[in-house]
Amino acid sequence: MSGLKKILGLLWIVLGPVIIVFLFFQAADKIAAASEGIARTNTTLQWAIIILIFIPICTGLVIFGYYAWKGEYDHLPESSREL
Amino acid sequence: MRSTESNVTQSITQVIAASSLGTLIEWYDFYIFGSLAVIIGQQLFPSDAGASALINTLAIFAAGFIVRPFGALVFGRLGDLIGRKYTFLLTLVLMGGSTFLIGLIPSYSSIGYAAPILVLILRLVQGLALGGEYGGAATYVAEHAPVGKRGFFTSWIQTTATLGLFLSLGVIVLTKNLLGAKSFADWGWRIPFLVSILLVVVSIYIRMKMHESPVFSKLKAEGKVSTNPLKESFQKRANFKMVLLALFGATMGQGVVWYTGQFYAQSFLENTCKLDFNESRYILLWAIVFATPFFVIFGSWSDKVGRKWIMLAGMLLGVICYRPIYQYFLDATNVKEMQKTMLLSESEPVIERGLVAGKADSLITITVSKVLTNGMTFKESRVEIIPEDVLAEVPAVETVIKDVTLSNGSYIMIIALVFFQVLLVTMVYGPIAAFLVELFPTQIRYTSMSLPYHIGNGVFGGLVPFIATLIASFQGSTPLSGLWYPIGIAALSFVIGAVYIDNRRDEHVMD
Repeated sequence: MSGLKKILGLLWIVLGPVIIVFLFFQAADKIAAASEGIARTNTTLQWAIIILIFIPICTGLVIFGYYAWKGEYDHLPESSREL
Repeated sequence: MRSTESNVTQSITQVIAASSLGTLIEWYDFYIFGSLAVIIGQQLFPSDAGASALINTLAIFAAGFIVRPFGALVFGRLGDLIGRKYTFLLTLVLMGGSTFLIGLIPSYSSIGYAAPILVLILRLVQGLALGGEYGGAATYVAEHAPVGKRGFFTSWIQTTATLGLFLSLGVIVLTKNLLGAKSFADWGWRIPFLVSILLVVVSIYIRMKMHESPVFSKLKAEGKVSTNPLKESFQKRANFKMVLLALFGATMGQGVVWYTGQFYAQSFLENTCKLDFNESRYILLWAIVFATPFFVIFGSWSDKVGRKWIMLAGMLLGVICYRPIYQYFLDATNVKEMQKTMLLSESEPVIERGLVAGKADSLITITVSKVLTNGMTFKESRVEIIPEDVLAEVPAVETVIKDVTLSNGSYIMIIALVFFQVLLVTMVYGPIAAFLVELFPTQIRYTSMSLPYHIGNGVFGGLVPFIATLIASFQGSTPLSGLWYPIGIAALSFVIGAVYIDNRRDEHVMD
């Protein structure tokens, strides 16, 4: 199980940046497709909020993957003294 | 001895009642805004669609996705510093006060742009307060609950989100029926907002009489209260890794299952399957009525078998069953195909003439009501546009299906399938408060559990409609394509939860 946790850790490390790149491409695509004026401003605002909130979440996924790869989840704490 | 046991039970009952009532009111406050969004838009927003859309975007996106997690941090920190009781009392006052004030905002025609700006500010306060409430209530109940019953007691808190939705619909429907549609649209819509203050006053009175959590009081007496909960939660690696595990292995999957079962299902039936407005709501209401007790059943069961596999089973069943369920919704409401072989009767056409908005082109709508041999009914409208310029190209005639009502058999089947989805909600949501509480130590529990909960529920769950619509807009997509978002997130959360979380139940939350 520890081996699987570590291997999957690498997957999470890769997945974080992939999601961010995907979101940037989607944002560019949808903003370009929106008609000029207030509709475009509105679409830009929506995507800015989404990217703003997903950058720290995806960073968290990368850190989670890093911890998993380093074996931090091989043993979970059993009491608060371990935290 | 018996008297002492009775007092303990009574005290816990009061704790659950006080916490759940306040949390229910907070959900009620949050939902009535959504339920009355159209009327609020008409009364308090400018008629200029562009500006309205911009402010609406801020009110919906910012309140749900940024302010809620931020509220979790602000009030979580306060709760770990000054105590649970006063913090979730504060969130209740903020939520109730802002809801009441929304009901008092003069219309856009009276005060201009100040009206939508006030709505936006108060909506942000609502999001902030909601972010702080849940963690406090769950922690407060869990820290009172005896060993071996934490899942059961906290599951009552878990019913409040669903019951809050119920209460909001009930007050709105009752007010509308008593006042009539016109008075309700003119001024009666303010009543559900104003009523909130009565509910909040009662709840504050009850909460004021409650004592601080015994676990936190003990910590305070021993001088062990955290001095910087945010730093301890997120800078200390041993704890931060558990925050990440809670988010990616549990709350992320829980959020999408929750929103798919309780919101996306109804929206899909109404907008994609073109089901009648009332019928789609009654289906959800019946499903919720039958499923709500299961929050408590699964919460209680998790005390015996552990939290992990109940929550993960809910996610896995969602991954496996969502597409067949929604395919059935499409098949059972495909009246366009059914009428080829099952048309029983159709009404005389009703012809409406008008102009295309903002143009001089004529708009002709011909509507026919049809009945099928299986008892289903629907309306079919042909929309024709005749350009003012006789030389201009005539647009293709559009046929629109609407107001579909179901046969008895498929009505019951669809209620059963929505019930099944809400049942999955109860599986992932019933045990999660106990799971989160047991993951973190008392000193930083409020802060540490609130953030992953609100990112999972608010961001991942709240984005279900937006991202599902986005995916459905891709080239080559089908009406079911939007489901890949909840399926993908639930699958990811299932894998992370199955591999990294253990099924241990921490009996001791006193540390």
